Amino acid sequence: MAELMYWEAIRRAHDEEMARDPMVIAMGEDIGVAGGTYKATQGLYDKYGAERVIDTPISENGYTGLGIGSSFLGVRPIIEIMSVNFAWLATDQIVNTAAKVRYMSGGQLEAPVVIRSPGGTAHQLGAQHSARMEKVFMGIVGLRVVTPSNPRQAYGLIKSAVRCNDPVFINEHELMYNMKDVVPDDEYFHPLEGSEVAREGKDVTIFAYNISVHWALQAADILSRQHGIEAEVVDLYALNPLDREGIRDSVSKTHRAVIAEEAEPAVGVGSEVMAIINEECFFELDAPPMRISARNVPIPYNRTLEKAAIPNAQDVVNGVLKMFGK
Amino acid sequence: MNAADKKRLLREMLYARRFEERCYEAYVERKIGGFLHLYPGQEACVHGVMEAAKPGHDYVITGYRDHVHAIQCGADPKKVMAELYGKETGSSKGRGGSMHIFDVEHRFMGGYALVGGPFPLAAGIGKAIKLQGGDEISICFLGDAANNQGSFHESLNMAAVWELPVLFVCENNLYGIGTRIERSTAVQEQYKRACGYGIEAARVDGQDIETVYEAALKAVDYVRSGKGPYFLELSTYRYRGHSMSDAGAYRTKEEQQEWIKRDPINLFKERLIEAGELSEEDFQSLDKEIIEQIDRDVIPFAEESPEPKLEELEKYVLAENDPWVKGGAQ
Repeated sequence: MAELMYWEAIRRAHDEEMARDPMVIAMGEDIGVAGGTYKATQGLYDKYGAERVIDTPISENGYTGLGIGSSFLGVRPIIEIMSVNFAWLATDQIVNTAAKVRYMSGGQLEAPVVIRSPGGTAHQLGAQHSARMEKVFMGIVGLRVVTPSNPRQAYGLIKSAVRCNDPVFINEHELMYNMKDVVPDDEYFHPLEGSEVAREGKDVTIFAYNISVHWALQAADILSRQHGIEAEVVDLYALNPLDREGIRDSVSKTHRAVIAEEAEPAVGVGSEVMAIINEECFFELDAPPMRISARNVPIPYNRTLEKAAIPNAQDVVNGVLKMFGK
Repeated sequence: MNAADKKRLLREMLYARRFEERCYEAYVERKIGGFLHLYPGQEACVHGVMEAAKPGHDYVITGYRDHVHAIQCGADPKKVMAELYGKETGSSKGRGGSMHIFDVEHRFMGGYALVGGPFPLAAGIGKAIKLQGGDEISICFLGDAANNQGSFHESLNMAAVWELPVLFVCENNLYGIGTRIERSTAVQEQYKRACGYGIEAARVDGQDIETVYEAALKAVDYVRSGKGPYFLELSTYRYRGHSMSDAGAYRTKEEQQEWIKRDPINLFKERLIEAGELSEEDFQSLDKEIIEQIDRDVIPFAEESPEPKLEELEKYVLAENDPWVKGGAQ
């Protein structure tokens, strides 16, 4: 298995799917001639041409809607929204059209679009380029939401999402595009539902997704080496639907749950996982579940303040220790 | 248009009028719920344009004032009425309602209830047609007030820059809900706004179906020949309020009377009578036959059709048994 960067894995998925099916197209701001802000579509313009690798105007709602409209006729667009902060502008078409059209047409139409967008705090990009939106999209009925934590998932999730007949929102992360890891050499299709145990443990479960999986793994390592606590890390790569069974199984085994998320706590992944734990396995708990979340501020520009606004591995360690009364 | 076509068109317009009036009655009887936006007054627009296009072949998309557009694409009026009644036999199986009529078999791609929402969808349909190399065109019917949404500007720009086969039809009925165009819109002649995107555009009388037809023939031909989008503005007027919850009190009786004098059905009827192609008696018996047909076939079908099954409440949310959800056949 070769090691690929996250962006290379995304690019490979585009390339393979576009080579397979002439109805697969890519669109977004600067994705064509320039190859994409994060290089995710590099070289595809030269290979597939301007009709299939489309540099859009800066009209997020417009081009997202255009992609959705084309999908009504069997086109399979992979739409890149350069930052998830801009995806707010496209929520009308994503939520009101893509997520609802199958239902309100009584099953006559479907919108098999893939919308990719990086969210999250990177490097001093300020309040309007650093926010996350997964908590918004994961609450939308009719829209699948997935979020890859590594190059293998990034590759395999696009592969499945392109072929799936539902609209899929793929939440990426700006800080992860240069992350390198193994990706299968053969074609690989990652499931759009479920979760993965990224590290087995018996004492506490740390639920995480996307970038927070890496904090969780680091934290688990520190907890094991320094404190004798074996944490299980569950990677919630699917946010809608969340894996109720996977959440229940892990909590039933460890009896403790911590949720690590980059977003602010209210109405988010953590609150939803806690609700599922309450509904599925409340009596398995040995301690109240805990969220490790961002602080309740718009992301500041100042580097020190920015770092303080979002959690890290040490915050996860501290949370777990507190749960154990240490 | 030959005499037979003209008579058929007159019949279709009159059918649309009576169909919508029957919807009004059913709404008052509380057999139809939700919001109901009716079309009387604007019939020459959709009938004139669709006469120039290829219904069932060309793709049509519109807003929530959509019953007549669906029927003119080939949707069965019985199914449209059943949809308004919320029945399983409705065009959207009772899940859509008045604002969400769909008939994909006849390429009526739906009614959408966010003002301006269909603009980018229509452009996307145009993009798909272009990619797939078909000779269809994408036709987007919306009102003047939709042009104040960002989606109008974004979509016209994209349609122009990518030369997409889209015919934008603007049914300018002068009101956005209850606000008259002068009070909401800096440039009232809507075609001028399309010109700002370098789009070929025209504005004609939307009450005279023959004028609409002639203008639409030109527009359809332009779009189908691959020259890019076209914007056709039709000056028209709706007789009823924006929806059933609106009595139209923001308009004067005088203004309404002026427009009713140029009622699209009457105008066309008088012209056919003058040309000796129709008599008043023909018209009356046509009208009677239409009303009877709606009462005999359409209404009973809607009333007697079954409700959707409660256990199918959550059907159509996601694709059923999609293998890629599990990562394919692996």
